[in-house]
Amino acid sequence: MSGTSLVTARERALAVLGGEPDDATLRRYLHGIAGVDAVGLEQRAAGLGTRSIKTTSKRRALDTIISLIDLTTLEGADTPGKVRSLVAKAVSPDPTDATTPRVAAVCVYGDMVPYAVDALGGAHGDPDDGLISVAAVATAFPSGRSSLDIKLADTAEAVAAGADEIDMVIDRGAFLAGRYGLVFDQIAAVKEACRRPDGTSASLKVILETGELVTYDNVRRASWLSILAGGDFIKTSTGKVQPAATLPVTLLMLEVVRDWHLATGQRIGVKPAGGIRASKDAIKYLVTVAETVGEEWLRPHLFRFGASSLLNDVLLQRQKLATGHYSGADYVTID
Amino acid sequence: MSFLEYAPAPESRAILSLRDSYGLFIDGEFVDGRGTPFQTISPASEEKIATIANANEADVADAVAAARHAYDRTWSRMSGRDRGKYLFRIARLVQERSRELAVAESLDNGKPIKESRDVDVPLVAAWFFYYAGWADKLDHAGLGADPRSLGVAAQVIPWNFPLLMLAWKIAPALAAGNTVVLKPAETTPLSALIFAEILQQAGLPAGVVNIITGAGDTGAALVAHEGVDKVAFTGSTAVGRAIAKQIAGTDKKVTLELGGKAANIVFDDAPIDQAIEGIVNGIFFNQGHVCCAGSRLLVQENIHDEVVERLKLRLSTLRLGDPLDKNTDIGAINSKEQLERIRELSDVGEAEGAERWSVPCVIPENGFWYAPTIFTNVQTSSRIAREEIFGPVLSVLTFRTPAEAIAKANNTPYGLSAGIWTDKGSRILAVADQLRAGVIWANTFNRFDPSSPFGGYKESGYGREGGRHGLAAYLAPRAVSAAGRGAAKASLAGPATAMPIEAADGAPDLETRAASRRAPRSAKPSKRGAAK
Amino acid sequence: MSRLAVPKTYKLYIGGAFPRSESGRTYEVVSAGGAFLANAAKASRKDARDAVVAARGAVSGWAGATAYNRGQVLYRIAELLEGRRAQFVAEIEEAEGVSRAVASAQVDEAIDRWVWYAGWADKFAQVAGNANPVAGPYFNISVPEPTGVVAVIAPQDSSLLGLVSAIAPALVAGNSVIVVASERFPLSAISLAEVLATSDVPKGVVNVLTGSPAEIAPWLASHADVNAIDLVGAGDLDWISLEVDAADTLKRVLRPESGPDAAAPTLGRISAFTETKTVWHTKSLR
Repeated sequence: MSGTSLVTARERALAVLGGEPDDATLRRYLHGIAGVDAVGLEQRAAGLGTRSIKTTSKRRALDTIISLIDLTTLEGADTPGKVRSLVAKAVSPDPTDATTPRVAAVCVYGDMVPYAVDALGGAHGDPDDGLISVAAVATAFPSGRSSLDIKLADTAEAVAAGADEIDMVIDRGAFLAGRYGLVFDQIAAVKEACRRPDGTSASLKVILETGELVTYDNVRRASWLSILAGGDFIKTSTGKVQPAATLPVTLLMLEVVRDWHLATGQRIGVKPAGGIRASKDAIKYLVTVAETVGEEWLRPHLFRFGASSLLNDVLLQRQKLATGHYSGADYVTID
Repeated sequence: MSFLEYAPAPESRAILSLRDSYGLFIDGEFVDGRGTPFQTISPASEEKIATIANANEADVADAVAAARHAYDRTWSRMSGRDRGKYLFRIARLVQERSRELAVAESLDNGKPIKESRDVDVPLVAAWFFYYAGWADKLDHAGLGADPRSLGVAAQVIPWNFPLLMLAWKIAPALAAGNTVVLKPAETTPLSALIFAEILQQAGLPAGVVNIITGAGDTGAALVAHEGVDKVAFTGSTAVGRAIAKQIAGTDKKVTLELGGKAANIVFDDAPIDQAIEGIVNGIFFNQGHVCCAGSRLLVQENIHDEVVERLKLRLSTLRLGDPLDKNTDIGAINSKEQLERIRELSDVGEAEGAERWSVPCVIPENGFWYAPTIFTNVQTSSRIAREEIFGPVLSVLTFRTPAEAIAKANNTPYGLSAGIWTDKGSRILAVADQLRAGVIWANTFNRFDPSSPFGGYKESGYGREGGRHGLAAYLAPRAVSAAGRGAAKASLAGPATAMPIEAADGAPDLETRAASRRAPRSAKPSKRGAAK
Repeated sequence: MSRLAVPKTYKLYIGGAFPRSESGRTYEVVSAGGAFLANAAKASRKDARDAVVAARGAVSGWAGATAYNRGQVLYRIAELLEGRRAQFVAEIEEAEGVSRAVASAQVDEAIDRWVWYAGWADKFAQVAGNANPVAGPYFNISVPEPTGVVAVIAPQDSSLLGLVSAIAPALVAGNSVIVVASERFPLSAISLAEVLATSDVPKGVVNVLTGSPAEIAPWLASHADVNAIDLVGAGDLDWISLEVDAADTLKRVLRPESGPDAAAPTLGRISAFTETKTVWHTKSLR
């Protein structure tokens, strides 16, 4: 899967910023963007959460959610066996119902990529074609506390092993210390490391770790910064820090993506990750996407859920819609 | 099928158990009215909901007599603690029956169920909860120790927030020890009548609250009745003016909550996405049927185009339709008359040279509907910048400097509310200082709370509802006797120490004026009982 | 043959749970006539320490709740007390040896007093706070805030009314509370704790210790993580030395009261456990 070429991204950044992406220029630009009123943002998110998605809309929403999931395992204890089990679930989420869509991707640590690729076999490919992509976390995930060389090597290995997508983390310490130039350069370098010899590129998701950025103004700025530096997706969290994804934070990131599209014509993706366990909540995210940036974004190249237990909850809901009665944990598989 | 074409999500009407016809609620029971009954309809479909009794002058007299009797015999003798307990019970019952009340309200008024469920009814319960706690604490209301209640309150409310306006009226009146005769609006009596059933469940002594339905003449008769000590009116400035004239020279205390043409001021450093939400909420919440609606957008000229573009984009996801569908954002216009007025003023706007833009939406065949509309290129001398439209119509004007924004915002006979959008705290506070409006929202809009006083400057009325200040409308400082009242006032150290909060808001001190104009009255039969 | 009763066990109430004293100690509670009623837990200094930890853990949530929410929670407690009225009346009759009428009057007054305090939650700030017209381009406002963790030595000669009168005012303002119950009449305090446990009041907001106030009070008075101490029921103790202990950390102290009007309901009881915060903000059009 190819992402945006690096050269174009830097040129675009220069054009938008009106100068080199150093600390001072970036600060001037990012701090000049309109602020966020947290109370108002949270109220808007809560309002979107009151949408009542029922019957046919619900059925469609559930299938959409599944098709947008990055089914994830990111544990120190991951083994090839665990990854194989995850992949099997990704390919066939509900063995009792062949109409169940497949997930968009599996998301694993970089050193697990070969096992994921191997297990997927013929099912490996572009989600737009009904296949499943492999996403790898990289850059000293989740903390990001390591040298740039190590982060780039981490990335390059995952890409070489077959990862279609890289989920990197920004350097939050650098961001909070105002070293925007460093954050920019790291993202740009990782994007470069996503390039393959054949000229294609893995798609780059940039994890902001919103739980550590804390304020919405920071999230707004980090989102713009990540897009300027060449990210294809902006992602809320590693899932290892609380709070992870929230509806207000995701709404905010969608607003940035909307404004970026209005300004440049380019479409950037959004991925909320961590803490979305219930179908009811995931549906709120779909509504928020559709009513903020447009339902065009409800496809794998522009929106993902980083989740593990969400899938089973969606399957239970799907079963209820199919059978008319409530289902239970015995009727979905563990992965 | 597009994802955004949400499947119907109707709130069930099965929760309602409506009667075919409702009587007047007088002295604890439903009785027939002697005027000609009328229908209440759903403005979304024009279907009939129920037949409503019509109170004629004799019915009004009965209701006032019942309120007087209950005041003399029961309510004015009851401890504040016990009055509070009744109000707590009412609050709890409203909470228990909240879904039912919300459905009835949306059905009868036309507002989206999302609003009546999430905003109106919860505020109703909160209002009763808040004032319940005041009933035995009136020493701290700001009128000195042991203030006295006024007697019988005549309360006339509008159709835009039927049950909420009822709560704003009844809760403080009862907490302060008064009894009530309330007239709901002609087009929205239903929730008040279900509320009457709640009063029966609460065991409220008969006659403490009386609810009489009818039209304008019922309200006029009620306000004019000589057995009434206090008048509280929420509605149009025109009617408010007539009431003020009618009670001039009488003993009646009055508070009025009238119209508005609020300015929503957006500075260039506003948090832009939230400001857009605030503009939308300010004028399109409740279909713009809001006295404090932000019906004038004053946007800083250097961001005008961007704001209008973002506004149009945001408005494109508003849903207009069945009020009982949980996804509806814009419900029905409350009546044919109101729809005509909105159309008429919108035509005026176009004739004046403003540019109209309406949200493209499918208008249902039956019912009264108006698509959310914005007018740009509106000037301060346009009629649509000055007259209250009371519908989902926004007039957009520009300003250059903070001082100009303030001047334009204040350039109106109204003075109910205003909004300020900026990231700069010092500006919020300085602008708020200079706006002549009774309620100012900064970086938010249409926020209500029972503890927060609400009311207007100038022709938006006088008196405050909500908060400690809201008690002043229903109390007077303790005086030795009716005859000795003038002497007691004269002997006080000076006006500052005697000033009740109501007078500080500009409500004319009618009693002093009346006393000076007329010969000493005969003592009223009622006893001004202990307010505690 | 009459039915054999299932006697209740009375434990402490700390952090929303009902533990026995970590010391394992209990003491006999007898009726006015000398009959055995129950073994009540005899709290140790470590129980007091745990209660302070629980109270501190709970206070930011309780203080951070809206005043409306606090009022609702307190009103709900009154509803539950009302529902259990008969139980409280019976307990007081047995413990204090009074008639049903006197016991009922005490319970009724306790419930009504609780309601009075509940109604202050969302109003108190309007009476105790205000804007200040300072001479300069500043917005200036004073608001009362909860002082934090409040220890209470409850009136010793009343099962329920004294207890309620001492803890409700501290709660209204958003404080969390550790109360040492009456040594002679501790059982109503634990029944009240059962009501609290089934209400919506968050764990740790109220903690109830039974036992010897003489033993426990000094540990609370000297505890550096307690912000205020109400000695209303400490009249028979060496309360001056408790006040001296409290002075080490400059705690706010309320002194003992006795007689039928002890801990009478006043606004002053609420404001004793609040701090006034004054905030300035510049105002300018430029």
